[in-house]
Amino acid sequence: MLDYTRKEAYERSALRVNPAKTCQPVGAMYAALGVHECMPHSHGSQGCCAFHRMFLTRHFKDPAMASSSSFTEGASVFGGGTNLKTASKNIFDIYQPRIIAVHTTCLSETIGDDLNALIQWIDIPEGKYMVHTNTPSYKGSHITGFSNMVASFISYLSLPAAKKEAKLVLLPGFVNPGDMRELKRIAEAMQVSYTMLPDTSGVMDSPMTGKFELFPKGGTRVEEIINLGSAALALALGRAASEAPAETLSKKCNVPYKILPQPIGIGRTDEYILALQSFSKNEVPYVFEEERGQLVDILMDIHPYTYNKKVAIFGDPDTVLGLAEFALEMGMIPKYLLTGTPGEAFEREAKELFVKFGVRGCSAKAAGDLYELHQWIKQEGVDLLIGGTHGKYIARAEDIPFVRAGFPIIDRYVHSYMPLVGYKGGMRLAEFICNALMDRQDRDAAEEDFEMVM
Amino acid sequence: MEVLDRVLDQYNSKVYKNRKEHMVKVNQHGSNEIAANVRTIPGIITQRGCCYAGCKGVVLGPIKDAFIITHGPIGCAFYSWGTRRHKAKNEEGVANYLQYCFSTDLQEPDIVFGGEKKLKKSIEEAMELFKPSTIMICSTCPVGLIGDDIHAVAKWAEKEYGIKCIAFSCEGYKGVSQSAGHHIANNQLVRYVIGEGDRQISNKFAINLLGEYNIGGDGWETERLLKRIGYEIVSTFTGNSSMEDISNAHKANLSLVQCHRSINYIAELIETKYGIPWMKVNFIGIEGTIETLRNVARYFNDPELTARTEAVIADELDAVREDLAYYRSKLKGKTAAIYVGGSRAHHYQFLLEDLGVHTILAGYEFGHREEYEGREVLPFIKPDADSKNIESITVEPDPAKYHLYLSEEDLNKLREEKLIDYYGGMVKDMKDGSYMVDDLNHFETEEFLKLLKPDIFFSGIKDKYVAQKGGVLSRQLHSYDYSGPYSCFRGAVNFARDITMGIYTPAWSYAMAPWKTVPSLEGELGGEAVC
Repeated sequence: MLDYTRKEAYERSALRVNPAKTCQPVGAMYAALGVHECMPHSHGSQGCCAFHRMFLTRHFKDPAMASSSSFTEGASVFGGGTNLKTASKNIFDIYQPRIIAVHTTCLSETIGDDLNALIQWIDIPEGKYMVHTNTPSYKGSHITGFSNMVASFISYLSLPAAKKEAKLVLLPGFVNPGDMRELKRIAEAMQVSYTMLPDTSGVMDSPMTGKFELFPKGGTRVEEIINLGSAALALALGRAASEAPAETLSKKCNVPYKILPQPIGIGRTDEYILALQSFSKNEVPYVFEEERGQLVDILMDIHPYTYNKKVAIFGDPDTVLGLAEFALEMGMIPKYLLTGTPGEAFEREAKELFVKFGVRGCSAKAAGDLYELHQWIKQEGVDLLIGGTHGKYIARAEDIPFVRAGFPIIDRYVHSYMPLVGYKGGMRLAEFICNALMDRQDRDAAEEDFEMVM
Repeated sequence: MEVLDRVLDQYNSKVYKNRKEHMVKVNQHGSNEIAANVRTIPGIITQRGCCYAGCKGVVLGPIKDAFIITHGPIGCAFYSWGTRRHKAKNEEGVANYLQYCFSTDLQEPDIVFGGEKKLKKSIEEAMELFKPSTIMICSTCPVGLIGDDIHAVAKWAEKEYGIKCIAFSCEGYKGVSQSAGHHIANNQLVRYVIGEGDRQISNKFAINLLGEYNIGGDGWETERLLKRIGYEIVSTFTGNSSMEDISNAHKANLSLVQCHRSINYIAELIETKYGIPWMKVNFIGIEGTIETLRNVARYFNDPELTARTEAVIADELDAVREDLAYYRSKLKGKTAAIYVGGSRAHHYQFLLEDLGVHTILAGYEFGHREEYEGREVLPFIKPDADSKNIESITVEPDPAKYHLYLSEEDLNKLREEKLIDYYGGMVKDMKDGSYMVDDLNHFETEEFLKLLKPDIFFSGIKDKYVAQKGGVLSRQLHSYDYSGPYSCFRGAVNFARDITMGIYTPAWSYAMAPWKTVPSLEGELGGEAVC
């Protein structure tokens, strides 16, 4: 397994080996699926759209519907304007979405298609919308693409409002529908009126009813996006995914925002609930005191199995930081934190975490890859690996217990329905982590040390 | 109204005109002409992929010791990393890079100033870290546009490091589907790899297995069967293959072609250059496998081989007869629609027929007219702007390596019988009144499923859940839903087991919540319970 990965450090500046990120458009497609009756549209050759739909479907095990401009060599030379025009007519005709959300690809970006101009030139039926975002694959990652698409929905649609309402904008970031449901449940229990953008719950975790719906019940309504300008505050969960849309909403509609971390673990969920409370001035209902107390109770119970255990975590920046803080709350040592997404904030925030919890010898890297993470693990091992499916090869090669969390998980089921965020998500993660470590202890125990009770 | 009209009538006139040509109601006394291998209309939700996917993903990806660097931004490499189930075993002395993903991960400055420098540096780092003996460079869309000369870089690498380095200009925008990528990969393998090997082959029953990618272990099962009969497999293109295997393909005495679409160029070029004829085979389905084995034996025309063929068929058949009878009893009378690639939509009709399942609709994602109608239509296919852009190479007989197993006279006889150098396409094996639909798109999938109500829809991951949410079982025939092998005798049992469990899984019976079918009001009236 991964037999060619060398232990010795080697400085690479060009060759990417086993990436921990993918390209912008897939993030934009996912974001657009979180808008009700929206057709995500990939402006490029049809392979991009096929790859992204394949990947999202494999993660969510639900249809990821999107269309393509189907560039040929001719379009690549002469520009994709005609393709987009034809595409929009056919999409509105055949699939009848309320809105088409176009994202670019490295192909249309490289030839310089000006989407602002192209969309001007298109006949959009009455009451329908067409928006676009620029997602050059050679910049940032899928997280950047997600962020750009959300920002573009706002810059195209949201209108400044003269009068603010006691309403919150929730920017959930690149998380699963299960997380979005949990974030909404918490906001509702706090009696906060909100709009979540995007909201893939009810779209990418739609139920089996015997009837396929091209546009399932879920997703943020276009009207809700238009009205975002009347909100009094935006909560941007996760800097990497949500800062840009929050900033766009602030500039365009004068809605102030607060950046919060993705609420994974106790402290970060506390922050989310405190932010909701400070906004609504409502008392925090007992249910959260109970859930929080249960989570703390669990961490107390399981600490003999988690304390001082070293963990390597990889994935998307906001998620990795959340998982790292939760690991620290469990008394674990987040030995290696790695994201493929570039950006200095990740390493800075990771280091702040290390200082906050007083742990030494931990490292964090942005714009890294799994080859390098594997090298670090070979140099100094860890007790647990947390991340998406691609980590299973390292886990097997080094015989490390592995917990799947984040994106993409293409070799397991159910995960996208369930949360990692909130106290409930914390309980779920605690169970995953503790079970992985204890299963390993059982597996490795000598027969005479094999315990009936643990 | 006729089914095709009911689907087509919902389109606007332009789309109607285009899509009408891609649909045929099979009539064995009619022409059954179908439009294929032409552009998908923008905005139509097609399941097709791109040239890069066909080149890197399909043909090159399975070669275990080829160190494939995807030259471009990160996405293309990432999506084609371990996502196609071409299995490969480690073997002594042969590198296996299938668990790895290599990319130049181009960034904005590279797009602006050119990516050649980064590509060279990537090769340098690859040589330091992995020391591969073969590097392949696959282009993605922006690389072709910024004009990086990947072929010059490949030549540089060969000189600099004394390795084999082959460049593939398989930018995603080329052609109209994955098909263009197959062609580009075929060309380069013929140019730079096949014919270079010097393996000693002593078995005269030496064959190449072309167009077998070992999805779910299909290739292994086929090889087991062929070896049992006494064949030597010189090379498999390209499932579980090594560069060395491929370089020796010119040593075989017959090429078997499983997937015609993706590998027919190589089959033909090998014949011209080295004298090895090709035979279209099918190892999917019991009857298909038996017919194939008998055809291959006929070509080699050896009494002992023929006798062994019959003995192995009888023995393999014995081992699966009982299981198949059971599954047939569970599946008989069911109907299927199949939409896959460029050959499986044909092959699986045989296996389904073995199980008593009737195929009512079949289509290819990237097949050409010959996969539907047979190679006799080849002279009538007019090249268009998209197909003209894909290079066609020609080769001459290689005086040193050209060899004939049969005499020209015998070969011509077999050609006349259409036993070699021929593929008849799927339509001849379809029943009157069934449908062929090329590039079956999302809208049509939904409509046909509603109108034709097949019990099973065989397709890929993108439309699998569309069908299943609509209440129709869907099994992936690209990935076999992580099961397999499905080839030959034993594979047929695996396949039958998988679709049987799909049809009979209890979850289907819970799709409707009970309160949807019971009266919504329950209350008391006049003191008496009313239900």
